Amino acid sequence: MIYSEKVMEHFQNPRNVGVIKDADGVGEVGNPVCGDMMTFYIKVKDNRLADIKFQTFGCGAAIAVSSMVSEMAMGKTIEEALKISNKTVAEELGGLPKNKLHCSNLGADALHKAIENYKERQKAAKKEAPKKSVSEEKCYCPYCDGPIEGLENYCQACQIELELCPQCGQLSKKGEEKCPRCGAKKAKA
Amino acid sequence: MKRIYMDHIAATPLHPLALEAMLPYLKENFANPQSPHSAGQEAAAAVDEAREKVAQLIHSLPSEISFTASGSESNNFALKGLALAHKSRGTNIVLSAIEHQSVLHSARSLEKLGFSITLVGVDKYGIVDPAEVEKAISKQTVLASVMLANSEVGTIEPVKEIAQVCRSHNVLFHTDAVAAVGNIAVDVRELEVDTLSLAANQFYGPKGAAALYIKKGTRILPFIDGGIQEGGRRAGTENVSGIVGLGMAAEIAGREMGSRRECLKPLRDRLIQLLPQKVDRVLLTGHPEIRLPHHASFCIEFIEGEAMLLNLDLKGIAASSGSACTSKALKASHVLLAMGLDHATAQGSLVFSLVEGTTAEDVNYLLEVFPPIVERLRKMSPLYTKYLEEKER
Repeated sequence: MIYSEKVMEHFQNPRNVGVIKDADGVGEVGNPVCGDMMTFYIKVKDNRLADIKFQTFGCGAAIAVSSMVSEMAMGKTIEEALKISNKTVAEELGGLPKNKLHCSNLGADALHKAIENYKERQKAAKKEAPKKSVSEEKCYCPYCDGPIEGLENYCQACQIELELCPQCGQLSKKGEEKCPRCGAKKAKA
Repeated sequence: MKRIYMDHIAATPLHPLALEAMLPYLKENFANPQSPHSAGQEAAAAVDEAREKVAQLIHSLPSEISFTASGSESNNFALKGLALAHKSRGTNIVLSAIEHQSVLHSARSLEKLGFSITLVGVDKYGIVDPAEVEKAISKQTVLASVMLANSEVGTIEPVKEIAQVCRSHNVLFHTDAVAAVGNIAVDVRELEVDTLSLAANQFYGPKGAAALYIKKGTRILPFIDGGIQEGGRRAGTENVSGIVGLGMAAEIAGREMGSRRECLKPLRDRLIQLLPQKVDRVLLTGHPEIRLPHHASFCIEFIEGEAMLLNLDLKGIAASSGSACTSKALKASHVLLAMGLDHATAQGSLVFSLVEGTTAEDVNYLLEVFPPIVERLRKMSPLYTKYLEEKER
């Protein structure tokens, strides 16, 4: 087994799976290109997370991380919940395989997004209907596997410009005539 | 708990007779085949005998077989050895988009040495159209490579026709037959390819033993420089026990390929027929008929492959997946994407590849434990929730 006992335990018995229909905040992160997607729902009472539910599309680590985040944040104040980080989640789970560490990023991110969404709704309560807070897509460089920050299609580590193939949606080096993944000819910019 | 192994494409079990044939060369007869003493000459004879057996399996001459340490090495050897030996004739390489990484990445290395790559796409079944290969060939094209069978989707490619196209344009042709040799009939005289890779661990032989068929008279650069082993093309002391195991596995495959097929194909067909009946929104990947006889591959919508593999493993079933999370690089399968599947669907990739000894009970057990696994994961999936919401509308 590639995972720790704790990860497998959460994977087999994930806590707080589900949807809160009348949630006070909803946060979505990830996209299928990177492999994992998480949606967190929160109910807030007296500045505390009274209920948390999540849904996750992803690998064993992603499911375990979601479950662990929901357990760690349950009953905490907003401020305490915002202190939960990818690092602390991975530590609580007894470590994650190195190449899976980005899944844990998503767990805390999704919770934080839901909290952010809750705060936005509080502010906007008088003005207009709340919207879901959807994060920008986080992607990884196909050459070095380092994270691509924000929406910039530029890998800091490799110092190369990247672009999305219109055919398969995979990132590849900008300026290449053909997509190395699917073979589709890229339109010349 | 009973363990059920359905991951042929990763490695097959070692045939007891292959193991038995190997043991003497790990124990009492440890000598180097290049040594002139009688112990060495016994080892050399064993290597020669294995070479004959491998040659027999693919209908080549023994002298056309070079032993290597893996299918990946054979592919590296072929791509780099052929391209560099014939560079003066041209610097373009034509590849199918679904080649194994060892072919794709070899070509990418060659790019740094001045070669260019032209990729040929596939249809929704993963089949390469020989006419598309012909279109991709330019005056600069020196080498083309299309695999004989794809291990991820099981599809068998029209390699004979593609080889013919290449020959008519004076383009060298390599086929990665690692997933095919030992499982389906492969005859290099009929295929008329220039080079062909095979590996023992795909047909009940040991790991670390593989070969490259190099057609007589083909100019190719040595892959490992050094001594005179493998005709000077691949130096290094021979892996005698591995080679002997490969030879024995080849002999057994030649004899038993038909009966293995008779056993496994009906079970595989049953799986392909019944799994989509037990679970909705399941897609068979690869061609329904033109595929490896032991191979069943699917995409299960709305859930991810590794999560399914872990759950199957907890039930004692070993399978594999081409999902991004399963791969160390966290990238979705280039094969499934090339076949036109979107990322979310490709993430649900699952491959059941049966091995000798798989029983009807094993398949029944899989069909029994699998639907609850899918149901459980779908309950957790935001994509499935969205799908249900849209369905209600």
